[in-house]
Amino acid sequence: MDSALLIHRLHFAFTVTYHYLFPQLTMGLAPLIVILKTLALKTKDERYDRAARFWAKIFGINFIIGVVTGIPMEFQFGTNWSQFSRYAGGVIGQTLAMEGLFAFFLESTFLGLFLYGEKRLTKTQHWFTALMVFVGSWLSGYFIVATDAWMQHPVGYQRVADGSLQLSSFWQLVLNPWAFWQYAHNMVGAVITGAFAMSAVGAFYLLSGKHLEQGRIFVRAGVIAALIASVLQLFPTGDAQGRLVAFNQPVTLAAMEALWETQPGAPLVILGQPDVPAQKIDNPIIIPKALSFLTWRRWNAEVKGLNEVPKQDWPDSIPLLYYSYHVMVGLGTIFIAVAAIAAILLWRNQLYSARWMLWVLLLLFPLPYIANTAGWMTAELGRQPWLVYGLLRTVDGYSKLVSAGNAWFSFLGFLGMYTVLSILFLFLVRREIEHGPDPDPGPSVQKPSVVAVGPMEVR
Amino acid sequence: MPTLWFMIVAVMVAAYVLLDGFDIGVGAVHLFIAKNDAERRMVLRAIGPVWDGNEVWLLAAGGTLYFAFPKLYASSFSGFYLPLTIVLWLLILRGVGIEFRAHVENRVWQDFFDVIFSISSILLAVFFGAALGNVVRGVPLDATGYFFEPLWTNFKLGSKTGILDWYTVLTGVVALVTLTAHGSYYVALKTDEDLGRRARGFALLCWPVQFFLTCSSLVATYFIRPEIMTNYGRHKVGILVPVVVAASLAVMLWANPKGKEKLAFVASSLYIAAMLVGAAFALYPVVLPARNHQYDLTIYNTAAGSHGLSVGLVWWTFSAVLVVAYFVFVYRMFRGKVQLGEGHY
Repeated sequence: MDSALLIHRLHFAFTVTYHYLFPQLTMGLAPLIVILKTLALKTKDERYDRAARFWAKIFGINFIIGVVTGIPMEFQFGTNWSQFSRYAGGVIGQTLAMEGLFAFFLESTFLGLFLYGEKRLTKTQHWFTALMVFVGSWLSGYFIVATDAWMQHPVGYQRVADGSLQLSSFWQLVLNPWAFWQYAHNMVGAVITGAFAMSAVGAFYLLSGKHLEQGRIFVRAGVIAALIASVLQLFPTGDAQGRLVAFNQPVTLAAMEALWETQPGAPLVILGQPDVPAQKIDNPIIIPKALSFLTWRRWNAEVKGLNEVPKQDWPDSIPLLYYSYHVMVGLGTIFIAVAAIAAILLWRNQLYSARWMLWVLLLLFPLPYIANTAGWMTAELGRQPWLVYGLLRTVDGYSKLVSAGNAWFSFLGFLGMYTVLSILFLFLVRREIEHGPDPDPGPSVQKPSVVAVGPMEVR
Repeated sequence: MPTLWFMIVAVMVAAYVLLDGFDIGVGAVHLFIAKNDAERRMVLRAIGPVWDGNEVWLLAAGGTLYFAFPKLYASSFSGFYLPLTIVLWLLILRGVGIEFRAHVENRVWQDFFDVIFSISSILLAVFFGAALGNVVRGVPLDATGYFFEPLWTNFKLGSKTGILDWYTVLTGVVALVTLTAHGSYYVALKTDEDLGRRARGFALLCWPVQFFLTCSSLVATYFIRPEIMTNYGRHKVGILVPVVVAASLAVMLWANPKGKEKLAFVASSLYIAAMLVGAAFALYPVVLPARNHQYDLTIYNTAAGSHGLSVGLVWWTFSAVLVVAYFVFVYRMFRGKVQLGEGHY
């Protein structure tokens, strides 16, 4: 493998994986904050406002890191993947530009108002700013998923004389069926991260005997949202996404399952280590015929194996792809189980005192991050060796004049920079969680002298 | 159609430089005019609710450039690999410097982020200016439409240039001084008392330097690329550019000591817009000149397909109306002098 290509790939993989740790939480929290603000508005209960304010702080820290690590993503289309941009920019420039113009402006404008304008706005207006932050962040998600979906399943393009691709149908690009299911699957995944983060912080408060009232709100809201989201993640979104892969990228599906030979009644591999040179799976635990059923809804349907196509068209890292896919599915199953048990306990009014379950909820919070990352790795490794599926190979997409040495320079710089960001992030989030939501001011605030002076005297 | 998109991208770049330019300028003067914690928080409050929205113009202008001229984006971003990478790091540091300072009430913590904010802003101004200098000076594009420049070679013009040579360093310094003044006018507009006074004083100090550097960079540009005068000779409307530049410089000098902060800030904005529009006007229809002119990248050989560009015009117009509405709303909402108290920073 050409070493410059490898560095450019690692460069993008690292920066995008790191970046997406932050938007997945903000996109997941945004609808939950809207729900808290709606409850506050409807019930006139101050507690929900305080809960929203606490999560807004967490949101704010995540948002800033999401923004500063997001700008390098757009730049890298030109800096590291210029051949790809030259080839496909005439099509995906549409969605990338629309993301900036429709989503980022909306999001940044209303986030400023949401975070800094609570005292200047009426309650309904402030609720509206939260709603717009939600709309902006989810719109942004759509445009970027639509861009990736086009790389997975190119539509609405034509090839022109100089060999590049140009847009032929705007609506085909924007309403790509692949984009619809990938978006639904991705956004529900983000909600799982947001919901389990919320319930984990709530569980932490309940277990440590602090901020009990807010802790209960967090656990309740988090568990309910997590249950809904993790079920939707399996069906219909995950199922539909998987079937799209099976119809359109049969090689990818075969590699995800490490299925070498085309066969009727193909089994589903639950566990096992793929051995690519020997074309087998060590220590397999399988469900016979399940893969055929899941893919084609018939137990004896034929599923294509990797050996149907030449090796040069195989994804170039089959074991990593296989593990990404299995980690994602395995964790998704755990999320459904945990959320369901927690919801039953909640329904029977036992959750807040079930310390073992609170411990599970607390310790669960890193797993959605891993599942979301594994999901994206499945999508992107599965698309290999193509950059644009069936049209442009990854090896033909990178910047030929940017040497491995220069790519290493920026790669190492980002590694260092993002390490520092991680430390700052953990430190600041820990502080916010330690500080916790604002305490209940009580039914009557009897400190007129202090209140009258207020925060204006800070100096 | 490519001409229209050339103008749209130029306007969006100008909007970025005007808007985020004052954030950068504020960062550049932050350590010099804000002497204590309260003043530094005032400075941050002045840009706090708007800096992120301003920075979105960079993404939006970049996205629009990618959409309208994908081949230009591919060539220039890969060719300017090293400076753009450094710009990305500086943007990260700048954002973190602004936002994370207020989270901890500790002198050491706050000083650290003040310095990060200031240094990254200063270097951003220099790099953006040098980038513009590179575009005007030309780059060693080859027949494939690509080039790669190291950060510097021997700081001379010639066949083996780097990103930085004496000319692009000059344009970098012009940008730094211009944005420093721009940021000072903004602080003067948004604050009063000692801080506002010091900001006005700092801007006054910048003025002669800015005047001298403007003249010398224009002369240098003329000697390096005499062909920049072609468009000015061909289209008489070009005369407006030097007129606006001269007039806005004069207004800055007059309005600032008189305490007409808004007028001075508007004049500074006009100056920046005129300088950028002047450069775009001089280059047109070239967008990235090559050393060998047959390899010049122009709006014609880099534009996206005409169907895509027509479709884009529909959604771009729609989104532009929305964006203007957001900005008018936000700037009205946070208008007037800033005060400490409610909110962050």
